[in-house]
Amino acid sequence: MEEKLILFKNRKRFGIEKNIDIIFKNTTLVLSGLVAIVLLGIILVVFFQSFESFSRYGLNFLVTSEWNPVKDEYGAFTAIYGTLVTSFLSLLITIPLGVGTAIFITEDFVPKFVREIVGSFVELLAAIPSVVLGLWAIFVLEPFFRDFFVFLHKFFGWIPLLSSEPTSRNSLLAIIILVVMLLPIVTSIAKDTLNQVPKKLRNAAYGIGASRWKTIFSVILPAALSGIMAGVLLALGRAMGETMAVTMIIGNSNAFSWSLLSPGYTISSMLANQFGEADGSQVSSLFYAAFVLMILSLVVNIFAQWLVKKFSLKY
Amino acid sequence: MNSLYYQKKLSRNVADKFFTSLSFFCALIAVLPLIFVVTYILIKGGAQINPDLFTLEPNPPGDDLDAGGINPALIGTLVITTIASIIAIPVGVGGGIYLAEYSKGGPFSKFVRFGVNVLAGVPSIITGVFIYALIVSTKILFGSMYSGLAGGMALSILMLPTVIKTTDEGLKLVPNELRYASLGIGASMYTTILKITLPAAFRSIATGVLLGIARAAGETAPLIFTALFSYYYITGFGDLFYEMGSLAVLIYNFALEPYDAQNKLAWAASFILVISILTVNIFSRILAAFTEKTKRI
Repeated sequence: MEEKLILFKNRKRFGIEKNIDIIFKNTTLVLSGLVAIVLLGIILVVFFQSFESFSRYGLNFLVTSEWNPVKDEYGAFTAIYGTLVTSFLSLLITIPLGVGTAIFITEDFVPKFVREIVGSFVELLAAIPSVVLGLWAIFVLEPFFRDFFVFLHKFFGWIPLLSSEPTSRNSLLAIIILVVMLLPIVTSIAKDTLNQVPKKLRNAAYGIGASRWKTIFSVILPAALSGIMAGVLLALGRAMGETMAVTMIIGNSNAFSWSLLSPGYTISSMLANQFGEADGSQVSSLFYAAFVLMILSLVVNIFAQWLVKKFSLKY
Repeated sequence: MNSLYYQKKLSRNVADKFFTSLSFFCALIAVLPLIFVVTYILIKGGAQINPDLFTLEPNPPGDDLDAGGINPALIGTLVITTIASIIAIPVGVGGGIYLAEYSKGGPFSKFVRFGVNVLAGVPSIITGVFIYALIVSTKILFGSMYSGLAGGMALSILMLPTVIKTTDEGLKLVPNELRYASLGIGASMYTTILKITLPAAFRSIATGVLLGIARAAGETAPLIFTALFSYYYITGFGDLFYEMGSLAVLIYNFALEPYDAQNKLAWAASFILVISILTVNIFSRILAAFTEKTKRI
């Protein structure tokens, strides 16, 4: 009369199911190992391809600026100098701008929705492809800054960095467009770190009578310093490797000049420019340059990660 | 008596005012680039939009007044990004599953997580150089050199860290109770992952993957010497093994042409590229905000 409802049935797991489980686990293991393989592969491939050039020019490659495919003489000093100078100077401008913006977003000067709009505008800027920023730099930024550069040269020409007549493509424009690209990185990481600083630190500072900016400078920024530093380093790595916008606006000239107002070169723009048409020992030299760039950005990135781990906020 | 009231001229109050306006100024400068870039693209690119743009091949540069369309580049971007996704999404999601579900924080998973972060910091042009050395110069893909396939592979390396990271972090947010419940009623590990945890984390993973695809679609550096560029229509699967155009490379090539017609085409291509990338970004932002809200309930 009363039918027993069968909810559960005891059954053993079939052997095939166990095998599927094991196969699934090992597949994911292999897939995650693939990342490590790709990374090591990149390093090894670029290293071995640059070997020919490395054995011929050695470390002289880093300090000479001859780049002559006809005479088979290569040196990447101009490009290395350009890479370092553009990335450091752009960072120098970006840090105060980015941290200032992050403070604006995390403090309560204006209503929350305004700050959220500012925050998402800055983050959306990061989504604009760099080639589009390059196009914009060529047709909008360059005409806009032309007179300003002439002015800079006229009045500050005695500074070696501004000592040449401004050309339509130059390193200073590359620095400006790099600032636009680095701003979202520095701002969003600084914002996240500032948000993590516990409220009680701020309240304690207010409680003993510190003004708002005294609190920011003496309490909040020091507490957030490591996070901001890590963001700055990540931005530095990004600046050194940034290719398209810089290639389009920097002028791509291997003639060495201290001046930012003359055309320059970076390692990545050299790669973008020459790789397609290169052959013979030039290819190997380009790989050597790529290897230098990779080492530079690896060191910066690993240092940034170490910094995050070592000094992450312990509140 | 007076010290109870706010004194405007006190040095600390003056300093406060000064720094506050400085931070307003910073925020203003930070917002301006996006507004300027988007406005110029809307004006300069929007003016070029017409039906021919989507259907014609670009004419070779010359002082022609008619530059043609960007159909091959548009299709090329879709094809190359699809190839990159087909490679990067399974590998990335699989790797992320291992990190989040199986690994117990040992040296291997630590190394992989570290590697993911390092790979994310590798300059995009280096991935192009790598694929050039591995695939283009060795002609390993059935004797073809520059090809859409090689371009897709270069982009997939770029997407991989993003996909792994979002999968790893998305899965970690799934509450452990769900896993215990599933394992408790006798489900195997892979059933638990495929039927319980992955669906629970689907939305956050999808958001991250979408952002990764949007970023890859705009990348140029890995493509300029792997996929190169092509002026001709993509007609079939065979074209995967030949040079393939893309919007990003088209912008790069045509922005540097001295002819006005080509420059206009570059603006039009930027218009399409930026509008689609911003749409994906805003869409995934809304998706993420929505996910957060439902979680709180």
